[in-house]
Amino acid sequence: MGTAVGLSGFAFGVTSAGSGLTVLQTCALSLLVFTGASQFALVGALAAGGAPLTAAAGALFLGVRNAFYGLRLSQRLALPRALRPAAAQWVIDETTAVSLAQPTRRSARIGFAVTGLTLYVLWNLTTLVGAVGARAVGDTGTWGLDAASPAVFLALLAPMLRTATERAVAAVAVVLGLGLLPVLPTGVPVLAAALAAPAVLWGAGRRRRPHTSQTPSAKEER
Amino acid sequence: MNIWIAVGLTAVGCYAVKLMGLVVPAGVLERPLVGRLAALLPVALLAALTAQQTFADGHSLVVDTKAAGLAAAAVALMLRAPFLAVLASAVLVTAAVRAITGWG
Repeated sequence: MGTAVGLSGFAFGVTSAGSGLTVLQTCALSLLVFTGASQFALVGALAAGGAPLTAAAGALFLGVRNAFYGLRLSQRLALPRALRPAAAQWVIDETTAVSLAQPTRRSARIGFAVTGLTLYVLWNLTTLVGAVGARAVGDTGTWGLDAASPAVFLALLAPMLRTATERAVAAVAVVLGLGLLPVLPTGVPVLAAALAAPAVLWGAGRRRRPHTSQTPSAKEER
Repeated sequence: MNIWIAVGLTAVGCYAVKLMGLVVPAGVLERPLVGRLAALLPVALLAALTAQQTFADGHSLVVDTKAAGLAAAAVALMLRAPFLAVLASAVLVTAAVRAITGWG
């Protein structure tokens, strides 16, 4: 896991610097935002010429999942109130996965702290190396590094596509995201694509309701 | 300056949602519909972002060498390759096709 996080931190540093952010801005993102997908989304939107507000909105939507991780973690870790603001910054995909896999509260707390600290240090160091290194690399396109960001998104997305519902949401989102690109301001099509989630849920609910007892749910179909 | 505004908004917003999960009483966000929606939202966003960053050039759609790199990453993912190999295959295939064909 460390290698994977290290490489994406490096890729983020290079991508961010290639998107026109300074080394300071790039490092500030990794220090203060510390949730990879949101950071990639933000610099991607800024590079494409998106307005700061739309770019930040897309990044924030992606970060919403962390609130639900926090919800599960707060029951598992039972942290004292005073510690919660400090622990919050480390509530991400990886720390949640590690903590929830632990058998006891004590080991969950240790797992959270060790994973959080290790990844925070690693992510920020590799971001710095990537951002500084990007200058030495020159044109990131020559090295194919502009393909790193979409590949990171795809790698995050792939394990989520478990059922027909998720695949439908992804397909509708791709159509909306690409179809609206020529007509809406930069950054807005991604936000519009987020509507694929409620739309597909609503559609699935409507299809199921007429004969609930017989129709298998999307999960069971698989 | 605009970039700093975006950085600041994202930092504050992303920290706020992280903290929210830890401090709100359990049960407030734990309605089935809210949970389903929260699970599907990243699916929609990641799918749209993957497609856009591969095929978008400003406001127009293009197919260039990044598509070959993404196809390689997709194959690697289907073969259950580790994250490192997925990322490396996307970067290397894009660079290789670009070097060979001299295409964008």
